[in-house]
Amino acid sequence: MNHKLTDGGRVLRVGALARVEGEGAMHVAFDGADVADVQLRIYEPPRFYEAFLRGRAHTEPPDITARICGICPVAYQTSACWAVEDACGVGVPEPVRLMRRLLYCGEWIESHALHVFLLHAPDFLGYDGAIEMAADHADVVELGLRLKKAGNTLMEVVGGRSVHPVNVRVGGFYRFPSRTELGRLRPVLERALDDALVAVGLVSGFDFPDFEQPHEYLSLRADHGYPIEAGTEVVTSTGRSFPVSQFAQQIEETHVAHSNALHARLAGSDAPYVVGPLARYTLNSDRLSGVAREAARGAGLGERCRNPFRSIVVRAVEIVEACHEALAIIDGWADGSPPRVEVPPRAGEGYGASEAPRGTLFHRYVLDGAGIIQDAQIVPPTSQNQAAVEADLRTMAAAWSGLDDHALQHRCEQAIRSYDPCISCATHFLDLTVERS
Amino acid sequence: MTARPKLAVWKFASCDGCQLTLLNCEDELVPLAGEIEIAYFPEATRAVVEGPYDVSLVEGSITTPADLERIHQVRAVSRRLITIGACATSGGIQALRNFADVAEFRSVVYAHPEYLETLDRSTPVAAHVTVDFELRGCPVDRHQLLELLSAELAGRRPRIPTYSVCVECKRRGAVCVMVAGGAPCLGPVTQAGCGALCPAYSRGCYGCFGPQDTPNTRSEADRLRALGRDEVEVLRMFRTFNAAAEPFRQESRRHEAARQHPGQEVAP
Repeated sequence: MNHKLTDGGRVLRVGALARVEGEGAMHVAFDGADVADVQLRIYEPPRFYEAFLRGRAHTEPPDITARICGICPVAYQTSACWAVEDACGVGVPEPVRLMRRLLYCGEWIESHALHVFLLHAPDFLGYDGAIEMAADHADVVELGLRLKKAGNTLMEVVGGRSVHPVNVRVGGFYRFPSRTELGRLRPVLERALDDALVAVGLVSGFDFPDFEQPHEYLSLRADHGYPIEAGTEVVTSTGRSFPVSQFAQQIEETHVAHSNALHARLAGSDAPYVVGPLARYTLNSDRLSGVAREAARGAGLGERCRNPFRSIVVRAVEIVEACHEALAIIDGWADGSPPRVEVPPRAGEGYGASEAPRGTLFHRYVLDGAGIIQDAQIVPPTSQNQAAVEADLRTMAAAWSGLDDHALQHRCEQAIRSYDPCISCATHFLDLTVERS
Repeated sequence: MTARPKLAVWKFASCDGCQLTLLNCEDELVPLAGEIEIAYFPEATRAVVEGPYDVSLVEGSITTPADLERIHQVRAVSRRLITIGACATSGGIQALRNFADVAEFRSVVYAHPEYLETLDRSTPVAAHVTVDFELRGCPVDRHQLLELLSAELAGRRPRIPTYSVCVECKRRGAVCVMVAGGAPCLGPVTQAGCGALCPAYSRGCYGCFGPQDTPNTRSEADRLRALGRDEVEVLRMFRTFNAAAEPFRQESRRHEAARQHPGQEVAP
């Protein structure tokens, strides 16, 4: 809906953003041809996770925080496990880490396929959604659904189900799937790898607006391999690096009036920063497997990618990486190792981070001696990106001020969707305004 | 050819996982769209077909003054209104606020309380409008969701059992994790639908489908106590994703009271 201002200004409001996860809206104000204000409004209702985690047992965050997001529950479960184990001073054995990585690959494949094919591709091919797109591009939609199903199948075998998996616990897993169960996934994942390579070729042929983000990029970085389930440190494109335990000190969160998600900034900086596929790729393209690196090169990606519209290509490359990684873990799997270690509670503070499909997801817990949670902090990717999305929209909208409202609205929507905002995740508990019922 | 029935999918306070379950019907999604017109589903398409709608699927609980109004509007444009998932059917995990001391909640203060609008309770959709069917689960089960939509299309009652997870466990031939393994399990008091998923993964059920139709929660709690769980642990088991579902709410209240007044029987 648009409102003409009497002073010649123009206000564009896009209510209920479509094809994003959760509830958000956008507000752009023009003063003549100048952009006066851009706000990404997140009106997803606050659910108060950080408040009600207090008083819960140290074994509960994986099941509870999974419910923050139905699209990336494994990210929440994994970051929660690392943080609680860190607080209790327990390290997990290598098979547990590998099984976490395998499960996480399933989530990347599922979540990225959802975004690439069902949410984002319709913008490039000119449709309102994937169902409408299927009428003319059945092969593209089928490819996407097949990939998405492969990710879900992997999550179901390892986690029990794809939305809120039941097999994850602090210390590891309730049980490991057997080599035989995992072996059945092989043909599914081989096909998925082929499909993912086709997907990279397909999306790299889309028409991308020219736009370069100026922002600092932030991602986990690992000693070996592409950062997925964990990293050894946090790195940024301006050369900052710090351990995950420093995350809460290095990131400052502020509350703005127009959003139920917090805005994040790097300490000592007023400029926004970005997490997610572009940041991950730009900071870790040297860590990709050969097959993913070759696919990226074939798609015309350099070592860095700063165009948010091209993030669809990076996501497709990350699907290739996740399929390749999953196959490698399955092939190397040996039965017989215990699926978990005991994690006896102790008083302390612990930190955990992993690379959710949408970017770095940080958890921090303070436990008492009995393992009861005294304090919890969760920093999801979308709230970290919110300031950058607004800054980019401001730049883009200035260039598009000549468009009529309808075209401008569509452009802005497409721009927001290219960031794959997950608004359910980003809504934060801040405080409670009480209305007695 | 008669017009396809119009389907709308609405979201309130939730994680999006139940509507994602609809998109997770990868093999059925495109054929389904041939049978039902997906008229309003903002997570999947920006196209909007005007109401009224033949079937509305509602995800999420009611937690804000605006949503309290919106759910009435949804009801007004829906011939059949079906709630999907623990948030919509019981208030969800966010109903933990219903048990909170507000002063304590306020101690977790951040920045600007005046920016937020929220109710002090998270409530199921049926607390506000008439609901034609409630599909349980955190998240809902894909097969049950498809059964429900098929039943809607055929104009018949859906085959959704209300017995306990134990029945599914026996049918699956799984060894009882509680009797044989001593694991705390809410299966006896929890509604079936998941296919006894947790026992199949060597863990006790944690109640994400909410109470079955005749749950003996007190007997269940006694059993959990006999397995070595203390009052607080039993309280927490009943107080998760369906904390505000009445039988679970009463049982957790009973343990809260027992903890505060040891030795006394206190009405929930």
